[in-house]
Amino acid sequence: MSYVHPYRDAEFVLRHLVDFDALCATAGLDEVNADLAVAILEEAAKLGSEVLAPLNRVGDQEGARMDAQGVEETPGFKEAYGQFAESGWLSLSAAEEVGGQNLPNALNTAVNEIWHSANMAFALCPMLSQGAMESIAHHADETLQALYLPRLATGEWTGTMNLTEPDAGSDLAAIKCKAIPDGDHYRISGQKIFITWGDHRMTENIVHLVLARLPDAPPGVKGISLFIVPKVLVEENGDLGAPNQVRCLSLEHKLGIHGSPTCVMEFDAAIGYLVGEPNKGLAYMFTMMNHARQAVGLQGLSISERAYQGALQYAQERLQGTRRDGSRVAIIEYPDVRRMLMTMKSATEAMRALAMVASAEVDRFRYASDPAEKASHFARLELFTPIVKGWLTEMSQELTSLGIQVYGGMGYVEETGAAQHYRDARILTIYEGTTGIQALDFIGRKTLSNNGEALQLLLDEMQSTAEALRSSGYPDASLVAALDQSLEHGVKARAWILEQAASDRDLAGSASFNFLMLFGYLCGGWLMAREALQARALSEAGEGDPSFLEAKMTTARFYCEHLLPRTQSYLAAVLAGSDSIMALTVDQF
Amino acid sequence: MKVLVAVKRVIDYNVKVRVKPDHSNVDLANVKMSINPFCEIAVEEAVRLKESGAASEVVVVSIGPKSVQDQIRAAMAMGADRGIWIETAETDLGALSIARLLAQVVRDEQPGLVLLGKQSIDSDNNQTGQMLAAMLDYPQATFASKLTVTGDEAEVTREIDGGLQTLALKLPAVVTTDLRLNEPRYIKLPDIMKAKRKPLAQTSPETLGVTPSAGLKLLSVEPPAERQGGVMVESVAALVDALKNQARVL
Repeated sequence: MSYVHPYRDAEFVLRHLVDFDALCATAGLDEVNADLAVAILEEAAKLGSEVLAPLNRVGDQEGARMDAQGVEETPGFKEAYGQFAESGWLSLSAAEEVGGQNLPNALNTAVNEIWHSANMAFALCPMLSQGAMESIAHHADETLQALYLPRLATGEWTGTMNLTEPDAGSDLAAIKCKAIPDGDHYRISGQKIFITWGDHRMTENIVHLVLARLPDAPPGVKGISLFIVPKVLVEENGDLGAPNQVRCLSLEHKLGIHGSPTCVMEFDAAIGYLVGEPNKGLAYMFTMMNHARQAVGLQGLSISERAYQGALQYAQERLQGTRRDGSRVAIIEYPDVRRMLMTMKSATEAMRALAMVASAEVDRFRYASDPAEKASHFARLELFTPIVKGWLTEMSQELTSLGIQVYGGMGYVEETGAAQHYRDARILTIYEGTTGIQALDFIGRKTLSNNGEALQLLLDEMQSTAEALRSSGYPDASLVAALDQSLEHGVKARAWILEQAASDRDLAGSASFNFLMLFGYLCGGWLMAREALQARALSEAGEGDPSFLEAKMTTARFYCEHLLPRTQSYLAAVLAGSDSIMALTVDQF
Repeated sequence: MKVLVAVKRVIDYNVKVRVKPDHSNVDLANVKMSINPFCEIAVEEAVRLKESGAASEVVVVSIGPKSVQDQIRAAMAMGADRGIWIETAETDLGALSIARLLAQVVRDEQPGLVLLGKQSIDSDNNQTGQMLAAMLDYPQATFASKLTVTGDEAEVTREIDGGLQTLALKLPAVVTTDLRLNEPRYIKLPDIMKAKRKPLAQTSPETLGVTPSAGLKLLSVEPPAERQGGVMVESVAALVDALKNQARVL
């Protein structure tokens, strides 16, 4: 099944929702604007569709393997990676000093959507390299930066994140991996698990970022430090030296993303270099968290888009039923198939809107000069991140499942590729912090800890969109009513949580998932309503493609009529509190 | 040696072409447009000539409204050094006027080699290169599947009905590209950024001293007939009869 970049929607969101030109002007990026972004997306789409997408199924069927020399990736991946790196895509948002193009995160996100749709298992590798670059750029000293950043930016080397250990998953305080000082460096020993792209042969070197404890480190989260541990040691002049004492012990056998090697890594007194200051490793990880979690949320969008394209094509071609005149009927003509396709289309567009708006907050925070403005963009970014990660990846479960349903029996057999998207998507609600972790972050750190202020500001902005719909006389009354209704649900949920959380210590945890999902759907509805407003304004001004704009308004209406009302049941579950969740004793299960 | 490449903005080859309701032309409103694939092959070949040292400069030219700048920029991102945009209100002036305009650019620029696509996928005329060579009185080699430049000579392998034909040409010459000459590269991100800074000169038919003339009048455009449902025939004899008498293809 082929992949075509949804360039019209991507361009619409960049221009009219993200306001990309204004963002670039504020950032002082004179040469960058939406026209350039469109040209860049077009070239990325070519590489994605023609080089990466054809390898998606190959990766699923012939996953990475291991032998005495370590991990060997899926056949064809090495050549594709070479082409990908040579084309400079890794350097898109990296700083100019290290050979990067210094382009906004919003554009990077729009481009990354393409890679993850085309081949998510493959795209995890450059995604982790970008994460590694970010933590080195922010926290490592100049020597380490000069040694590692340029070759990560060209893609000559790849990067990984080594956090999880057998006993330290969601609870990173339990990390046992050791770092012993040894001259100007450290010796790292221990085992890490679930290390994505921990080993491969696509590049000469791999830069592992590893969390470990120094001998005198305080216990818990305040005693974790971050180290660079290269697969092959790097001499001072940048030449590659001897192999380091780090290797992949085994590969996991997984439900999906077979093309992405998931490694058990062993560090046996491997030479490592401290990033930043001792005992600040977890804090450094948290500064990257917004980036990494939004990147996984984006994967939820990408895989849903790919599943939608497959389902749509099948629904247009599959003939079932005969008309009176003897002609056959494509299943896209049947209302229930339409319902599924509209669900996929509208949810995907809402997810794209949220992923892009949230990604632009990273830029707006970075480039704001006024401290108050900077703080408000940071608060918004912090608020959006768990919603992007949690809601988009949860949605991708339903949407890739619908993708199979549209195919019927042909979706359940592997040859159509629909099942692969469903299996691949399943990891998304788990890695980079499970949905449960996102929900706790959203209700605790992002809501209760600031007395719901950040959430109130978001709700206020949603209210003003609702008012703009009314004052402009927006013609679809059902859209306006649905947004009003759900906004009320959001307001109620927030107020109730703030009021009740202190009196019941299980409440926040019990309500957190439903609270997160409520706001996910609400954000989607709010942004679809903003898109609809923009589409109507353009259409009345006689600009743009009338057919696209009309479809956008109808899609927004469908979302508000059919998906947005789900906030009501999430609100009911929030208001039910913790009692029936926690009432059974452990023995009664 | 300087190489001049002409590129045309056409409807993207992935787009399903629709005819306007009044049949006056193909509907190009809000349709994805791209560089003509044969022109892209010509740009790629010129850039390869430059990379191999056979050419010193690649100049790309396009004719049309402001939107053709997108295709000139794309060609510069592939590796062309500079661009020339001949501004006209019409998107397609017809082969003869295009050839006249290009001939004037050639007289001004004095390239050693002019590369064009053999035809554009919208009108499929396959005329511009031939007309241009005739106007300039240059040697021409059309449908090139291989091109080698040595000194002031070019050797061109052409794809013709009976097989392959190899021609030796004295430069300057006009060469039009066929599908199998090369596979255009994927454009690199840093090159897209660099292309923004490359010079793009603007000119007009008036400046070039050419008055475009409409030699052809487009009367009407009809979409191909909708495919009809098939019928099952009883026997081979009935099939042959149907092919002869109903389909009239035998």
